[in-house]
Amino acid sequence: MTRKQKRLLGIGSIGAVLVAAIALVAIALQDKIVFFYSPTDVIVEKKVASGQRFRIGGLVKEASLVKDGKRVSFIVTDLKNEVSVKHTGILPDLFREGQGIIAEGILDKDGVFTADTILAKHDENYMPKEVAAALKEQGVWKDPKETQ
Amino acid sequence: MIVELGHFALILCFSLSLLQSVIPVVGARQGNAGMMASGTWIAIASFLMLAVSFASLTYAHVASDFSVGNVWENSHSLKPLLYKYSGVWGNHEGSMLLWVLILGFFAALVAAFGVNLPPQLKANVLGVQGWIMTAFLAFIIKTSNPFDRLQPAPFEGKDLNPVLQDIGLAIHPPMLYLGYVGFSITFSFAVAAMLSGRIDAAWARWVRPWALMAWIFLTAGIAMGSYWAYYELGWGGWWFWDPVENASFIPWLTGTALLHSALVMEKREALKIWTLLLALVTFSMSLLGTFLVRSGVLTSVHAFASDPERGVFILAILVVFIGGSLTLFIFRSSELRGGGLFAPVSREGALVFNNLFLATAAASVLTGTLYPLVLESINGSKISVGAPFFNMTFGPLMMPLLLAIPVGPLLSWKRADLWSAIQKLYFAAGSALVIGILALAFVEGTSVLAALGIGAAAWVMIGAFAEIWLRAGFGKVEASTAYRRLKGLPGSTWGTAMAHCGVGLLLLGIVSVSAFQQELIKRVAPGEVNNFAGFEITFEGLTPAKGPNYIEDVARFKVSGRGVIDLEMLPTKRLYTTRKMPTTESAIETFKFSQLYFSLGDPEPDGSITLRAWWKPLVTFIWWGPVLMVLGGLTSLADRRLRVGAPKRAASRRKLVNA
Repeated sequence: MTRKQKRLLGIGSIGAVLVAAIALVAIALQDKIVFFYSPTDVIVEKKVASGQRFRIGGLVKEASLVKDGKRVSFIVTDLKNEVSVKHTGILPDLFREGQGIIAEGILDKDGVFTADTILAKHDENYMPKEVAAALKEQGVWKDPKETQ
Repeated sequence: MIVELGHFALILCFSLSLLQSVIPVVGARQGNAGMMASGTWIAIASFLMLAVSFASLTYAHVASDFSVGNVWENSHSLKPLLYKYSGVWGNHEGSMLLWVLILGFFAALVAAFGVNLPPQLKANVLGVQGWIMTAFLAFIIKTSNPFDRLQPAPFEGKDLNPVLQDIGLAIHPPMLYLGYVGFSITFSFAVAAMLSGRIDAAWARWVRPWALMAWIFLTAGIAMGSYWAYYELGWGGWWFWDPVENASFIPWLTGTALLHSALVMEKREALKIWTLLLALVTFSMSLLGTFLVRSGVLTSVHAFASDPERGVFILAILVVFIGGSLTLFIFRSSELRGGGLFAPVSREGALVFNNLFLATAAASVLTGTLYPLVLESINGSKISVGAPFFNMTFGPLMMPLLLAIPVGPLLSWKRADLWSAIQKLYFAAGSALVIGILALAFVEGTSVLAALGIGAAAWVMIGAFAEIWLRAGFGKVEASTAYRRLKGLPGSTWGTAMAHCGVGLLLLGIVSVSAFQQELIKRVAPGEVNNFAGFEITFEGLTPAKGPNYIEDVARFKVSGRGVIDLEMLPTKRLYTTRKMPTTESAIETFKFSQLYFSLGDPEPDGSITLRAWWKPLVTFIWWGPVLMVLGGLTSLADRRLRVGAPKRAASRRKLVNA
């Protein structure tokens, strides 16, 4: 091989790795990301395709939490619309009725959301950002910092 | 009074940094030795000022002076003493003060120990450190002053977030910052080299120990953070691909690439421009990490109360430093002359391969981390990019790199024979194959994929020591000669082998946990016995208990099996009384390298509780691997050749003759 050919081979293989990486990232950004929706997005605007994995966020409706051993169910609301959620496992420490949470999973045919992951906030005076925005959109929540 | 002294010292330090930003750099331009030398003293003085400032904030925290807003918001008179100390940086203002303290510490290190640096380079490096220091001190004084007083002073503090009341907070942030901020030195060296327009092998030799030091701290900091999250959050996971974790992982990837490319530059004067770029990018990624964490644009346990003014300020710092350094790079890099030529198959080629994959992996992690922010600002969609994305992109990019680890060190510089290098690895390849097959045949539940993973880990771990084995000449010369040669091998060779072996160990831990982990979620009543993963677990009931600033329900479990009888495991549900915040404290028992992990759900009125138990085989390898990497880094750092200037040709020849 001449030096020119060698150089071409070198640049070519680096290019091939980069192209493969870009393709992987592009495909993963299509398939492996999870959208966040509010109950209104799900019920009224029908943004969710069937079988699509997504995150739903809102407040846990008061007196909606039912525990049966490790199976739990509750209702997530943005105070306009609500979605029932069921989950198997342990709820986060800061999961409480009336508080903001995010659940990740799939909506089944009966409109019940089966969550495999439940996220609550990390400290007592903090609302998940997405939930706060979704509630603001419905005009039902104001940032306590702004009202102070 | 002491608090005001700290505030005053901080402002004094800001003035000193202004001087440090200008005088040494101007001195370097004009060739004025006195002005250049002044940088040394200013850097040391401003570090002392920072130390005074940090000490006075620590004093306020330890003395529970609630008239200081920062103490009031993050402390409580009943908080255990250790957390009064670590609580100093368990909040936004204090952690930024720690950040600049470490920045000043590194500048002082260069000032004090950079005696063999050319004065012009040293002056420029300290000048650039002064720029960074000035920017961040302005940020602290303007938007995040930890010394603000409250009037009137409250009687009691609001306590620290319970998740942070842990020994992990005492170690993880300082370690991580030593890593993050340590890369500011390589950044300053890169900018200084561009200012003077000269960059050569000697530059790489000066930079490499600093890069290695920062890398060691960053590795330790990330691993420590991972273990902390593992036991504290009670989710049993050790890495969540959380944006903040990624923010520390991206500089680690580029920093690792930098260590390898600086090697090529030092030995062969090649890859100069690329190494320079990596030095800039690594610290830029550290700055980006600081921005992501401190601006509050991300939802995370690390995001303390956010304030838009702060976000904009850090963003401005980010733009100035990243934009400025890259602009300088574009104008100056064309003037730098490229170095030695090499064939694609050579040690240089292998290190380029390493850099290609590390840099690509860093770019893909960066894409996944920033994509949600970008998408939201474009069309308002809110998305999360989690483990599935990173498994699909990062995983495949790491595999070729892992498999190449044993081969690289066996290739000679300039031109090498790939086939003969692979032939030398017959032992590692053979053992890896046998180990993989044995796992498939004898370990229950091994999938083909898991067997491949175990084989790959064995290949990396055994292959890591192939270079040492061959250089000592085992099997070719008498054993006594080989052992003598073993002792004579340089520290950096041992360091490389250990760090590479650590990567293999980490891989083994990951494969083992993902393939063989067992999980039990069950509501258990007092007296109930469950069989799980070879253990007999008896739940004895809940006992209330009281800590200094919390009350808790202790769940008592007796565990028998795998060599233990009636071992007590005590996970608890805690309620921190000041913040009314519940937490779960997991119970973890280590069996050699595997762990049994208990976490809890909420107690029920009838005295039963939901137990979540995991059996995690070889999980500790996930942290022992990085420990080995850190030890490897330290061994390499202790190598004299790295610390003294140019390697002495005659001396190395003599060594060969002796051997």
